[in-house]
Amino acid sequence: MSYTKPNFKEKYGNFINGQFVDPVGGEYFENRSPIDNSVIANYPRSKKEDVQNAVDAANAAKDAWGNTSAAERAGMLNKVADIIEANLEEFALVETCDNGKAIRETINADIPLSVDHWRYFASVIRAEEGTATELDANTLSMNIKEPLGVVAQIIPWNFPLLMLSWKMPPALAAGNCVILKPAEQTPSTATLLMEKIADVFPPGVVNIIHGFGPEAGKPLASNSGVDKVAFTGETTTGQLIMQYASKNLNPVTMELGGKSPNIFFNSVMDEDDAFLDKAIEGAVLFAFNQGEVCTCPSRLLVQEDIYDAFMEKVVARTKAIVQTNPYDSNCMMGAQASNDQYEKILSYINIGKEEGAKVLTGGNACKLEGEFANGYYIEPTILEGHNKMRVFQEEIFGPVLAVTKFKDEAEAIEIANDTLYGLGAGVWTRDAHQLYQIPRAIKAGRVWVNCYHAYPAHAPFGGYKKSGFGRETHLMMMNHYRQNKNMLISYDKNKLGFF
Amino acid sequence: MSLQRVAITDEAKKIVQQLKEAHGELIFHQSGGCCDGSAPMIFEKEDMYLDESDILLGNLEDVNYYMNEDQFEYWKHTHLTIDITEGRGSSFSLEIPLGVRFIIKSRLLTDEEAAFFNPKT
Repeated sequence: MSYTKPNFKEKYGNFINGQFVDPVGGEYFENRSPIDNSVIANYPRSKKEDVQNAVDAANAAKDAWGNTSAAERAGMLNKVADIIEANLEEFALVETCDNGKAIRETINADIPLSVDHWRYFASVIRAEEGTATELDANTLSMNIKEPLGVVAQIIPWNFPLLMLSWKMPPALAAGNCVILKPAEQTPSTATLLMEKIADVFPPGVVNIIHGFGPEAGKPLASNSGVDKVAFTGETTTGQLIMQYASKNLNPVTMELGGKSPNIFFNSVMDEDDAFLDKAIEGAVLFAFNQGEVCTCPSRLLVQEDIYDAFMEKVVARTKAIVQTNPYDSNCMMGAQASNDQYEKILSYINIGKEEGAKVLTGGNACKLEGEFANGYYIEPTILEGHNKMRVFQEEIFGPVLAVTKFKDEAEAIEIANDTLYGLGAGVWTRDAHQLYQIPRAIKAGRVWVNCYHAYPAHAPFGGYKKSGFGRETHLMMMNHYRQNKNMLISYDKNKLGFF
Repeated sequence: MSLQRVAITDEAKKIVQQLKEAHGELIFHQSGGCCDGSAPMIFEKEDMYLDESDILLGNLEDVNYYMNEDQFEYWKHTHLTIDITEGRGSSFSLEIPLGVRFIIKSRLLTDEEAAFFNPKT
């Protein structure tokens, strides 16, 4: 089945205080589709005045919103989920157009997962309880969760609606007002969502600001009217946001980069069965979402005695990846999200070759015909080398797999942990001991065992080391958006006796 | 000997000059991983907190170029050229509103450069 590019208006506004508004300065930027470099629409080039309007609206709304019942908030979150689900194909098409990813991914992953994260937080907020402890016969300590107030959220372009749906629901469920800035490469699904849910929340509770990092992102992250900043992106921006937050003594959560190892022990090849088939797919998942995933399994570690036989299968499976019109449901890998991303990935493939890595497959841009000739396509690429090479250490954020071999468990763990990052990892084995012991030894927040790239709600996700802190997609995220109010109550009628 | 670890293309120089006129003194900082990472970012000089863990790799057009030491460990055998390309990034790097991005072109250090910058101890 093949779809076509969806229709857009000529321009869109920011969503502030329950309505779409033009940017104060009247400036817009042009957003293009990486699929064919065609124009999508114009979005506001917001400045600090626009940010301030959103912060003011959120602050005006926060007291009333913070006092709504969990049942009311859950009802609204569920309504958002229902609306996205009822318009699944429209959201999927807009996402594919804006980001470049294949339509089969947006229809089967991005949008349905988004729906589920809204539903998840709608449900857990209903099931929560505070705590009360009788410290002695006359003293009760009671803990009540209170919202922080106004939360700023800055998200990347690789999963635009899904990252919004990881960030907004826990903050809203916890009773905060939100100002979210989508990445300027992918403003479209956040805007579409606001069009569809404009009346769901009271004005000021949900706000979307478009624009560039230095002009809109920085004033948002440093604004003193904001009580918390949540960020997904890269390390240097993360450091800057923490600096700005330190001026306001604001808490932050950070989901930053990764260079995730995907480790295959020799037992995966003990049988030629469904599990081996799954394992081969698991190695090829580096090409999922064109490799533009923070947890992309971009370092493949294979035990040396199965290396040749295993890699033969991985290369064959990689060569079978179909690159074509991303709106066609046969397309397995779409366009890279932007020109600078495309240039950067090619430059990394080049440095890999220069450092002496051997190209097992791919290694070039992928030239598509017709209108897609102007899009940004790269062949899924496998580079064989060693872990000290830059292509093994830096997050390329593209369909580039760096593969090396290891001798035994100790060496697998050593290579896996020889990285600045600690976001994700994969372990594949039929050995029951390795299933537990290897993941425990890997310094990463999420270790997939005999699977990869699964992101269900209620499995907490977040990083170790330079990959950040905070745990999303789980009810524990709500505590990153709340204060704890402790009421210490005395039932003793008698005075202390000091004065 | 005037060997350099970092260089800059003429096109990138023009953008640096343009940004200096608009913002004053600047620094480059090589970012780490994720979406917009692994790219040179340019900030106002006082914007980013730097300390001894940030290695000064060179000076381009009166703009110091820094990289964090743990990242430098993996980069120290490569020569970097800062170039400019059309594109968008969602970081706070100052060139982004111009519709361009700084990018890095890398090559291995020559034997002569490697002996100069990374002498065996």
